Amino acid sequence: MTITTEGRATAPGPRPILELRKVSKNYGRVSALSDVDFAVAPGEIVALVGDNGAGKSTLVKAIAGVHRIDGGEILVDGEPVTIGSPTAASALGIETVYQDLALCDNLDVTANLYLGRERRRRGTPFLDHEGMEQEAAEIIRELRATIPVLDKPVSALSGGQRQAIAVSRAALWGSRVVLLDEPTAALGVAQTAMVYDLVRRLRERGLAVIVISHNMADVFAVADRVVVLRLGRNNGEFVPSASTPDQVVAAITGSNQVLTTDIPTQDAPASDASTPKDAR
Amino acid sequence: MNALLQRLPLPRNASAYTVIAGLAIVWVAFEILNDHFLSARNLSNLLLQIAVLGTLAIGMVIVLVLGEIDLSVGAIAGVSAAVLAIMVTPLGLPAYVAIPAALATGAVIGLLHGLVIASTGIPSFIITLAGLLVWSGVQLAIVGDGGEIPIRDPFIQAIASTYALPVVGWVLAVVAIAALVALRLLRRRRRIRHGLAVGALGVEIAALAIVAVAVLVVTWVLNSYFGIPWVFLLVLLLVLGGTLMMGQTRFGRHITAIGGNREAARRSGIRVKAVTVGVFVLISAISALAGIIEASRQFSASNALGGGTLQLDAIAAAVIGGTSLFGGRGRIYHAVLGALVVGSVQNGLDLLGQPAAIKSIATGLILVLAVVLDAVGRRRRAARGGTD
Repeated sequence: MTITTEGRATAPGPRPILELRKVSKNYGRVSALSDVDFAVAPGEIVALVGDNGAGKSTLVKAIAGVHRIDGGEILVDGEPVTIGSPTAASALGIETVYQDLALCDNLDVTANLYLGRERRRRGTPFLDHEGMEQEAAEIIRELRATIPVLDKPVSALSGGQRQAIAVSRAALWGSRVVLLDEPTAALGVAQTAMVYDLVRRLRERGLAVIVISHNMADVFAVADRVVVLRLGRNNGEFVPSASTPDQVVAAITGSNQVLTTDIPTQDAPASDASTPKDAR
Repeated sequence: MNALLQRLPLPRNASAYTVIAGLAIVWVAFEILNDHFLSARNLSNLLLQIAVLGTLAIGMVIVLVLGEIDLSVGAIAGVSAAVLAIMVTPLGLPAYVAIPAALATGAVIGLLHGLVIASTGIPSFIITLAGLLVWSGVQLAIVGDGGEIPIRDPFIQAIASTYALPVVGWVLAVVAIAALVALRLLRRRRRIRHGLAVGALGVEIAALAIVAVAVLVVTWVLNSYFGIPWVFLLVLLLVLGGTLMMGQTRFGRHITAIGGNREAARRSGIRVKAVTVGVFVLISAISALAGIIEASRQFSASNALGGGTLQLDAIAAAVIGGTSLFGGRGRIYHAVLGALVVGSVQNGLDLLGQPAAIKSIATGLILVLAVVLDAVGRRRRAARGGTD
């Protein structure tokens, strides 16, 4: 489908580090993604937006290795790859910050940053506590995240601090792409600003950052480019500096098109029943 | 005041102090009721009495931290002791064959439990409950109609009934203190080299001095009777090994992580199923060790070994010591603290000539108290974690 929208993004400048071409995913007979194209370049923040059931979560899970795709291809650094598991995604330098943060409340900050990747002292089976804590302190200082103490259980920390730990973990291990799923959903104003700063610093480090959100304030505050999904398909791309939130909202809800059917509010529909018709 | 307390190198959770305070109250109360309670002889007996319970509780702490439970440890101890007795008495095999065989029996049972739990996802509560029934039956079958198999092997008999010579006890105490001081100072130097914060040196030295005095007092008390029981040293060795494993190795870290947030651990690439199987192998091998100790105490393997309330006392001891039933929180030393509380109450009531009924009721009431404290603490932590 071709959608003409004011402020539509042109092709991204640098070569994408992660590219999805014509990606499809079906859950049984329900098509969650169909022919979705998506790309992100190093040092770029791309916001992925869409209504509930637009396919954002499915796309995230495909990139994070939680679900395999049914059609299309994923390229990392120009090479076609299959991402069959979260471990495979990590091995490709792709880290995901889930909405629930996936932290172990009973472990301290350093232990959470190194969860599943604990370092040992050379030639011994014993953990290198000091080395890990030192590196953890360095990454947190570099990202200017405000985490007071590294040797306290994370259950004692605030929501923003917990988010900062999850983002720092992604920065510590993600060498290419960091995915953030609704990073500010549960945060207050000051903490949201802190998370924006963190996300910008990931970009400064040369990472490709994908932010999933349905909060327009988030999107316009940090994104270099906005990709809209609707009903499992691409529905426009915008550059925040050259477009308005209303235009993006219109693409999300589909009111930029004249529809012949009602807008379904839930989940991805069967592909034929309610495909938006292009009136222009 | 609060800031000062936070700087001291003390356990961060209040529960350790609660337990130690509780233990002190129990000891003072029994000493008032019967002035033999705190005698060197009775304290030495107490340590012999809690060796089996403490050993089982150490395994239980590990499995509880993982977020699972094992209801079959008593039965595993029974089967392993029966295997030990069969090998040394009718078959006439030496102890150095029979002891590894008994430990291996436990490990294989644990492997079976772990594989079933990890592959089916059925709660460990059910699988090990079934295990309790199955292995009790196997124990009865091995022991046979006689009801018990005597053990005459001198080495096995000696495990739970001999004492280190006083001079050996003093040497061990001094070596232990020196090792502890060296480890703490090495850790301190490493932290300074990595540019990490360290506490005040004076505070560190004070804490080490308290521990050193405690070690020397215990050694002195035990030496004024027959000396340190070898089996107590065995339990301490197990505490040391378990503490190292839980705090200093990847395996231990992964156990704690799974108990804290299973899904987060899985997403981080931790092999949850493999760790689960490993823990059940470990707890079952530790239970087998407890069975060997009990057989050594009784000079036989009976069909009642590991039965009765021992199994449940082990869970009670782990929880009373401060290990959470909800997974993710617990230290190996909790097992020994809890076993000391349970053992002291039972020993004290014995000295007062109280029947088994009273002992059972008292243990149960202490368990309720411990679980209530755990649940309250958990709620408080949850409330604190949720606020800014």
